[in-house]
Order: sequence, then structure tokens, then C-alpha cells
Amino acid sequence: MRELSLNVLDIAQNSIVAGASLTEILVKEDTKEKTLLIGIYDNGKGMTPEQVENVKDPFFTTRTTRKVGMGIPLFKLAAEQTGGSFTITSQVGEGTRVDALFKTDSIDFTPLGDMASTIATIVSMNEDKDFVYTRNIDGKEFTFKSADIKIILDGVPLSEPSVMSWIEDYIRENTPG
Amino acid sequence: MKSLEELLAIKEKAQAQMAARDADGNDGIRVVVGMATCGIAAGARPVLKAITDEIAKRNIKNVAVSQTGCIGMCQYEPIVEVFEPGKEKVTYVQMTAEKAVKVVTEHVVNGKPVAEYTVGAVTE
Repeated sequence: MRELSLNVLDIAQNSIVAGASLTEILVKEDTKEKTLLIGIYDNGKGMTPEQVENVKDPFFTTRTTRKVGMGIPLFKLAAEQTGGSFTITSQVGEGTRVDALFKTDSIDFTPLGDMASTIATIVSMNEDKDFVYTRNIDGKEFTFKSADIKIILDGVPLSEPSVMSWIEDYIRENTPG
Repeated sequence: MKSLEELLAIKEKAQAQMAARDADGNDGIRVVVGMATCGIAAGARPVLKAITDEIAKRNIKNVAVSQTGCIGMCQYEPIVEVFEPGKEKVTYVQMTAEKAVKVVTEHVVNGKPVAEYTVGAVTE
């Protein structure tokens, strides 16, 4: 993936497929420590310890159309190649937590890229799910909750193109930095 | 600066359009973008954005944009499918933002599929 935000778009899809009604996405940057933490936390159906080990393996997938699943392995590699770390924890019936820590001064650090576009895509394409996106840079924080937007929209779909564009611009303009 | 007041205005406009749409009673066109790992890695996100931006810009009604998982032809991603009521599905492959805009203007608006971007033309 050319941007970490594309990995986020991909990994968040796993939460949706796992039936999560709420998925939280955290992007926390510390410019002094030169670290970037990306967390994706859901309340989906969760996985057994064996499944958690399996998803890190590129030759495992729950899909039946083919035998490889690359989402988690690619994200894990992107974190570990910077000297960072990757953890995935899960409880059946509770949900799954994915944490990827990146060292931003590594030559192998992939730029974060366009998170506003990723969040707008996730939120707009999954009308029936809720998402909380938190962006923190050196303690300055912005939080976007899809549930708040739905109240204002009063039945107008989030996939309405003008709404999707607004969400993206709103997130971009309010991102601290 | 984008504000919540602006979203309220967008909502009101969309509600008026939805009411007009319901009165028309015709089924809309569906545009579906493949957004699995393969699609995303190949550039599906800017393709989806180009489609929604063009639809918003032209104020096109009766079009629903959605995403789907892996369509099964990863080497041809990004893939866009256009479903018109009463017509056969058209599958566009190896899409870019520029190609996607052309699909919106020529196929979605004018009803003429862009033959050169379809899976049939590309895989020949």
C-alpha cells in the first residue's frame, strides 16, 4: 500500500465483516518521540486465539473464493519494517483490537496519507454502522463521530455524494497539525 | 471552513431531491466499486472519490454509489460495475480517477457505456 491510510481502509473492512456495530479508529502521533500509533478497535464477533494467529499468516483467509488474505500481513509488515510493533488481540463475542506502532523517522516508514478520504469512504459506505475517528497530534485532538452526523442528516444517506464530500472536507479541515 | 450548518443545508437540499426522486418513481443506476485489499492497493479509493465528486458536482439524481468486496479479478482492479435497471451489468476494469469521470459523464449521464474500459475490451 502506498499510504497507511489505505491499510486503515482495508483493515476497517474486517471489522465491518465481523459485524461490528461500532468501530473506533485512532491515529496518534508524537512528533517528539517520532512515533505514530494506528489503532482499530471494534465490537464485532471477535476471534479465537487460533484465528488471531492465523490472520497474521498471508496464506490464511476466511474467504472461500481463494486461499490468501493479505490485509493484516501487509499492515503488520508496514509497522514492523519501521522498527515499530504490531499487536492484535481478540475475544470471541467481544471484539478485536489492532494496534500498529510506527517509527516515523525510519526510512521504511510509509506516509500516513489521506485519512480524511479513508474515513469519509468508510463512514459513507457503511450507513448502518457507527464509527468514531480520533486524530491526536502531540496532545491536540479531533474526534469525528458518525452518529452525530446521522442526527443532523435525519435520514439523508451518508452515501449521498454531497454528504460524502462534506465529511471528507470537514475531517481534513479539522485535523490538527 | 466546513461547518455543521453547511451539512444542514446539504441535508435539506438532499431531502428535496429525494422527494422529487420518489415522485418520479423510476429505479436509479447503481455504481459499485470493488474495495477489498486488491482494489484498495490498486487505487480504488481515488476512483470512488472521483465518481462521488462528479455526481455531486453535476448534481446527478437517481444514482447510488456503493462498495463491494473482492470481485475475483484482482489483476484488473480497480473494478467498477454499473447496474442500469433493465440492462445488463457493465464491468469496467483497471480504472483511474480520470476514466471514472468519463464513465460518469458518458455512461451514467448519457447512457452510453465506455466500451474501451470494459472488461471485454481490456482482456481481448
